Amino acid sequence: MLNDFFILMKMELLVTVIIFLLLLVKLGKGISNDVLLPIIQVGLLLNFLAGFFLNKEGILFDGMYYTTPLAVVQKSILNLGVYLISLLFADWFRRCENLAEFFVLMLSALLGMFFMISSGNLLIFYLALELSTIPIAAVVNFDLRMKKSSEASMKMILSSAFSSGILLFGISLIYGITGSIQFAELSVIVTQSPLQILAFIFFFTAFAFKLSIVPFHLWTADVYEGSPVAVTAFLSVISKGAVAFIFLTVLYRVFHSLNYTWYHLLVALSVITMITGNLFAIRQDNFKRFLAFSSIAQVGFILVGVSADSVAGQTSVVYFILVYLFSNLGAFGVISAICANTGKEKISELKGLYKNNPFLTWVLALSLFSLAGIPPTAGFFGKLFLITAGASRADYWFIIVAALNMIISLYYYLIVIKTIFSKADDQSVQKIQLLPSVKLGLMICAAAVILTGLMSWVYDYIAALK
Amino acid sequence: MNLVILLLIPLLTALLVLLVKSATQVKVVALTGSVFQLVIAVFLLCAFRTDVAANGNHLAHFEQNHQWFPSLGISFHLGVDGIAVSMILLTAFVVLAGVLVSWNVEKMTKEFYFLLILLSFGAYGFFISLDLFVLFFFLEIAVIPKYLLISIWGSGKKEYSANKLALMLMGGSALVLVGMLGLYFTGNEKTFDLLKLAAQQIPTDVQQICFPLLFVGFGVFTALFPFHTWVPDGHSSAPTAGSMFLAGISMKLGGYGCLKVAAFLLPAATKQYGDYIIVLSAIAILYGAFATMMQKDLKYINAYSSVSHCGFVILGIGMLTKGSVNGAVLQMVSHGLMTALFFAVIGMIYERTHTRQVNEMGGLLKVMPFASTVLFIVGMCSLGLPGLSGFVAEMTVFVGSWERTGMFYRIATIAACMSIVVTAVYILRAVSRTAMGPVKEQFAGLKDVSWYEKLAAVVLIAGILAMGLFPSWLTKLVEPGVSAIINRINGI
Repeated sequence: MLNDFFILMKMELLVTVIIFLLLLVKLGKGISNDVLLPIIQVGLLLNFLAGFFLNKEGILFDGMYYTTPLAVVQKSILNLGVYLISLLFADWFRRCENLAEFFVLMLSALLGMFFMISSGNLLIFYLALELSTIPIAAVVNFDLRMKKSSEASMKMILSSAFSSGILLFGISLIYGITGSIQFAELSVIVTQSPLQILAFIFFFTAFAFKLSIVPFHLWTADVYEGSPVAVTAFLSVISKGAVAFIFLTVLYRVFHSLNYTWYHLLVALSVITMITGNLFAIRQDNFKRFLAFSSIAQVGFILVGVSADSVAGQTSVVYFILVYLFSNLGAFGVISAICANTGKEKISELKGLYKNNPFLTWVLALSLFSLAGIPPTAGFFGKLFLITAGASRADYWFIIVAALNMIISLYYYLIVIKTIFSKADDQSVQKIQLLPSVKLGLMICAAAVILTGLMSWVYDYIAALK
Repeated sequence: MNLVILLLIPLLTALLVLLVKSATQVKVVALTGSVFQLVIAVFLLCAFRTDVAANGNHLAHFEQNHQWFPSLGISFHLGVDGIAVSMILLTAFVVLAGVLVSWNVEKMTKEFYFLLILLSFGAYGFFISLDLFVLFFFLEIAVIPKYLLISIWGSGKKEYSANKLALMLMGGSALVLVGMLGLYFTGNEKTFDLLKLAAQQIPTDVQQICFPLLFVGFGVFTALFPFHTWVPDGHSSAPTAGSMFLAGISMKLGGYGCLKVAAFLLPAATKQYGDYIIVLSAIAILYGAFATMMQKDLKYINAYSSVSHCGFVILGIGMLTKGSVNGAVLQMVSHGLMTALFFAVIGMIYERTHTRQVNEMGGLLKVMPFASTVLFIVGMCSLGLPGLSGFVAEMTVFVGSWERTGMFYRIATIAACMSIVVTAVYILRAVSRTAMGPVKEQFAGLKDVSWYEKLAAVVLIAGILAMGLFPSWLTKLVEPGVSAIINRINGI
C-alpha cells in the first residue's frame, strides 16, 4: 500500500520535494540566483525522467486520486513545459529578486495541476483547480514596479474567483441532484434531465473561463500583456494544457451520457473561438497580446479534437498540447530574449531581426510555422490530427470552417515571419548574446518542433496509452 | 530504382546550401544539386521504360510502403506511373533553369537558393506519393517558399501579391484537406492510401461532396476560373526564378492533383461534374486570352496567358476522353517548360532594360540577339507553331475533345480553339514591339545575356524541342496512366 502510494504519486511527491527544498533555501541566506536556478532545473528534469518509469493505473484515498499511464504522460508534458520555462527565461530569472518564492508559487500551481489531472472526485478537483490558479495570480504580479502587472493580477484573480463561483454552483447542483461527488459514480448516474444539463453547463462555463473560450476570454489578453513573459508562457501553455487534459476526462468519462449536449456546445464555441481569436490577432502589434489571441484561436482548434469523443480525439488533443508547448514556448523564449536585451516587445520593432540574429529568427520562424500548421513542423501534424479526429463526426461545415480558420491564422503568422526576415535598417535589433541555458532551451524547442511530427512513434506512444 | 533518392537529393542540397559560407559556394552547390536532379529524373525515365517493358504497366512502379502513423492509417507510400514521371522530368528541367537564371541574385543568396530547392523537394514528394496524407504534406511544403520568395525578393506590390498567393493556395489546400478527410472516413478501413481508396466502392453521395472540394482545391493551384486571380499578381511580383517555379512546377501540382486524386478516386462524380468543369475551363481559356490582349507588362502578358493555357489542362480533364486527358498531361508539361522559359527571358530583358512595359521597348533584336531569339521561340511555342511543344499539346487536347459528340462539347471545343487566334494576336504584338523596329536610344548600349542565362534558356529549349519534334515518347509514357483513369470513369 505504502509502496503504491509512492509509485502512483511520484510526480506530485517530487514536485513537493522541490518546493520544500526551495522553502529551506529561503530560510538560510546568501544563495544566489545563479546557483538556485540550476538546482530547480535539475529537479524538474529528474521529475520529467521519473515520468517514464513505473507507470501504472491505480486508485488512492477511496477514489479521490486516480492515475493512469496517460495521466502520467500528461503530467510529464506539463512538467517538461515548466522545465523549458526555467531554461528559456533565465535572463529574467537571474535578475528576479525573489526567485525562490517565484518558483515555490509556480511549482505549487504545477502541483495543483497534477492533482487536478488525477482527481477522481469533484471536491479534490475543485481544490486542485484553486491550487493551480491562486499562486498564478500571485506570480502574475511579480513585476512589482509595473502598474500593468498589478492590473493583470487583479483581473486574473477576479475573473478566476468568478469562474470558481460558477463552478461551485454547478458542483452543488450536481451533488444535489445525484447525491454523489465521485467521478466513477457520476458517470453512471448522470442523465439528460434539464436540471442536470443546467448544472453541467455551469460546470462547463468554468472550464470555458480557464481555457479562455470565447465569450469567456476577455481576461486573457490583458493578463498576458501585463504578466512577466515567463508567467505569460506558463499561462498560455501549462495552464491551458492542464485544463484541457482534465476537460477531456470530465467530458469523456464523467459526462459522457450528455455527449449530445456538449458536442453541439463545443461545435458552436469552437467556431466562435477560432474566428474571434484569429480576427483579433490580426490587429495586434504587441507580441504578447498577439500570442494571447493566437492562443485563443488555438484553443478553438483544440475543441475540434475534443468534439470527436473518441480515443483518436483524446490522443490528438494530448499530442497537440505537446506540440503546442514546444511551438509556443519557442516563440515566447525568443521574445523574452529580445525583450530582456533590447526592451523591444512590438512586432513592428522586430524588423530585420534576421540580419544580426539568424538563430533567434529561425527558431521564431519555426515556432510560428508550427503554430500556423505548416509542414514539416510538428504543428502541421498536430492540427491535422485534431481535424481528422473532429471529422469523424462527418460534420462537413464544421471542418470546412476549421480548415479555413487555419488560413486566417496563417495570414497573421506570415506577417510576423515576413517582418523578421525583411530588410534591416538602423532601427533593427542588435546582436543579442544568449545565455547558455536560453540557447539550450531554444534548441530543444526548435528540434522538437521539427522532429516531433516526423517521428511518428511519439503519436503512437500516446495513442497506445489507456 | 529507389524513389527516396528523388527526395534525398533536394534535401541534401538544401542542407548543404545552408551550411556553406560564401555566395559562390551556395550557387555551385545548388547548381550541382539541380544537375543531379535532372540526371536522376532522366535515369528514372529510362528505368521506368525498362520496368514497363519487363513488367507491363501498372499504377505504381518502384513502389515502396513504410509505416508512418499506423494507428491513423497513414503510410509513407511511394510509387510512380507515367504521368508522375513526366511531371518529375518537367520539374527537374525547370529547377535547373531556375537555379541558372538566379545566378546574379545578390540579396540573401543562401536563403534564396534554400527556398528554391525546398520548393522542388515539395514538388517531387507530391508527385511520387501514393498516400493522400503524404501528398498533402508535400503540397503544403511547396506553398510557403513561394510566399517568402515573393515577399522578400519580389518587386512591385509584392506584399499584396505574396499574401494573396499564399492565402489562396492555402485556401485551396484547406478544401483538399476536407475532401481528403471525407474519403478517409467512408470506407471500412480508415486509410489515406490512394490505391486502397481506389479499390473501395466510394458511395455516390460522398463522391458528390468530396469531388468539388478536391477538384476546386487543386484547381486553385492550376488557375481554375474563378480562382485564378492570384496568378497575375503572384507571377508579376515574383523574382524571375520564383515566377518560373510558380508557373512551371507549382501550377502543375494542381493539375496533377485534379487528375490523379479527384478524377481517379471519384469516377462517378467526375462524370457527373464534367460539364461544369468544361464550362469553367472554356471561360478561363477565352477570358485569359482576351485579358492578355489588354496587358502591356510582359510578365502580366505571360501570367494571363498562363490562365488561358492552364484552361486547356482543365478542359482536357473535363472532356474525359483518352485523347483529351492525354492532351491535358502534355499541356502541363509543355506549359511548364514554355512559361518557365518565357519568364526566364522576361527576367533577362528586365535585368537590362529595367522595364517590362512592351511599348517602352523596341529593336532589342539588334542589341540582345540571343534574348530576342529566345523570346521569339517561346512566342511561337505559345501560339502553337508545329515542331514546338505547344502545338503537340494543344492539338492533342482539341482532337481528344472533338471525340466527344454533342452540341455542348462541340461548342466548348470550338470556343477553346478560337483562343489560338487571340493568342497569335497578343504574342506577335508583344514580340514584335519588343524585338523589332528601331533601337531606342537608351537601350543602344545594352549587352546580350550572360553564359548562365544562355545555359538556362538552352536547357528549356531542349525540353521544348524534345517534346515538339518527338512527341511520341511522351505520349507513350503518359498514356497507360491516363487510360487507367479513363477506364475507371467509363466503367461506371
